[in-house]
Amino acid sequence: MELLANLALGFSVALSPNTLMLAVIGCILGTVIGALPGLGPSNGVAILIPLSFSLGLDATAALVLMTSVYYGAMYGGRISSILLNIPGDEPAMMTTLDGYPMAKKGQAGNALVLSGVASFVGAFLATIGLMLLAPILARVAFLFGPAEYFALYLLAFCTLGGLGSKNQTKAALSVCLGLGIAMIGVDKSTGMTRFTGDNLHLYDGIDFLVAIVGLFAVSEVFIFIESHGKNSSIGVKLEKVTIPFRMIFETRWTMLRSSIIGFVAGVLPGAGASLGSFLAYMSEKSLAKEKDKFGTGEPKGIAAPEAGNNSAAGGALVPMLTLGVPGSGTTAVLLALLMTLNITPGPLLFTERPEVVWGLIASLLIANFVLLVLNVPMVKIFSRVLQVPAAILLPGVTMISFVGIYSLSGSYFDLLLMILFGVAGFFLRKMDIPTVPVILGILLGGHMEVSLRRAMVLSDGDWTYLFASPISIGLWVAAFLGFIAPIFLRRFLTISKPQ
Amino acid sequence: MSDRITGLLTICVALAFFASATQLELPFFSDPLGPKAFPMAVSGVAIIAGIMMLVRPDQEPEWPVLSTFIKLFITTLILVIYAYSLKPLGFIIPTALASAAISYQIKPDLWKSMIIGGSLSVVLFLIFKFGLGLGLYAFPKSF
Repeated sequence: MELLANLALGFSVALSPNTLMLAVIGCILGTVIGALPGLGPSNGVAILIPLSFSLGLDATAALVLMTSVYYGAMYGGRISSILLNIPGDEPAMMTTLDGYPMAKKGQAGNALVLSGVASFVGAFLATIGLMLLAPILARVAFLFGPAEYFALYLLAFCTLGGLGSKNQTKAALSVCLGLGIAMIGVDKSTGMTRFTGDNLHLYDGIDFLVAIVGLFAVSEVFIFIESHGKNSSIGVKLEKVTIPFRMIFETRWTMLRSSIIGFVAGVLPGAGASLGSFLAYMSEKSLAKEKDKFGTGEPKGIAAPEAGNNSAAGGALVPMLTLGVPGSGTTAVLLALLMTLNITPGPLLFTERPEVVWGLIASLLIANFVLLVLNVPMVKIFSRVLQVPAAILLPGVTMISFVGIYSLSGSYFDLLLMILFGVAGFFLRKMDIPTVPVILGILLGGHMEVSLRRAMVLSDGDWTYLFASPISIGLWVAAFLGFIAPIFLRRFLTISKPQ
Repeated sequence: MSDRITGLLTICVALAFFASATQLELPFFSDPLGPKAFPMAVSGVAIIAGIMMLVRPDQEPEWPVLSTFIKLFITTLILVIYAYSLKPLGFIIPTALASAAISYQIKPDLWKSMIIGGSLSVVLFLIFKFGLGLGLYAFPKSF
């Protein structure tokens, strides 16, 4: 009953003309961003955050706009995967495996519609899951003290490093880089300046938005200039789009299974959508009778990763909203948005600002239907976006990033920092050092240190306090397993691959 | 090799970070940990990661050729100049020049990139100024 009352509150917020319009705009913008080759949800949302902030929207409105962009970009990502064989970002990669071959067979329309429907099923079920699971998790989170929060942050960093990267050392390095950057500035509890090199600009610390836009958007420009001419895949032309009812009906169980797998992968802190689409695809492949068909344009091979990654995108919102720990790169960016809007995610958000949480959930439900309309009957319009030449797109992205950051502070120093992060992002990405942990480190570093110091104040400097409660022990164990497990998992995957 | 250099660099930076953290004075009031413990722990982990990279480097990444590096350097330079000129010169002129230059880096066609730069600059200015209501100046204030 409580759920229904909350939902009613949510819809009363979401159905106001203003919010509804923002959701639709967000969906359209998101689909376009997702469809643009090379731009995915995380860098798309990243370049738009500073702008949405300077629009002076209130918290709910800004959140609705940006999460609609997020969901939209998850939908749109499949368009360039299927038609160009270029994934917009990592989670969309699995869709290229069967999507592009199917398009080459002259079934591009079918592939787009099927993946659109699968995206809808995944995202819709995940939003329901978010609705059911988030309040429960929020209740559990009330039991968290500083020691538990410290262990939770550690868990996020360990799983992110373990599951999200090929090399744990590099992920750990990347986390340290982020945490180190977070320490720059005035220490809030003592008023001391740390690591500023007496540069006045650094006293306030480094704004995480500057780091995010630099690492995600500006580095993308460098990567593109470097790789230009290498990805010369031939685009597939989109003919008439019809709805392949039979194909959709035949993959219904695939969509359902993949949505569940994706949701679970999304909820795990630090794992995110890439893991969701990967696991969904792999499990469908192992269940299938004719395994050889996968990779040649098998409908199940399209439905599974799309349902999986869109469901994971919804699942990733659960830990982000209830615990303040993001499950993916894009939710890390959304967390940055919340923090800029002065909203602290966590259990209190559900009791103190129910209109924000439930308004968001209701908007996501509405956004899903809007996206289904945009991405099935109107997919042909969005596929035109692919024809935007890079020579226009990239300068545009750069300028939007600059104006966004400039509008936040009006200081050239932040712009220089952003360029520095862009250059650093280029080298990190070339060396296979993941950039998402850097962002997460910058975002959570301050909170992590505060939790640790509070825990020490409470226990009068007794370190065993960190392992005193069953919850914190559980989190420490999970963190350890999250860091260790991928080593075995990778061995298992390399054994099973040659077959 | 790249991994080894990065590892070594990490160790140096982390040591400097560590040294800088030890200089922080402990406060008098009841904060048993103070502002130095956490940064010291972070630099400790970073040093271990640096050593690991030094000892067990990955395969060498595919670095771009020199001409591409020069291209990237020029792009960075353009962006830096752009960052400095945005305030004194207003939005339109620097944006047009910078986007034309970036566009030229991607597709070396002088006329096309100039047209792209000019039109991007004007269109973005109109969107930012009148669509989003940002306080941008089109031209230098003294005009």
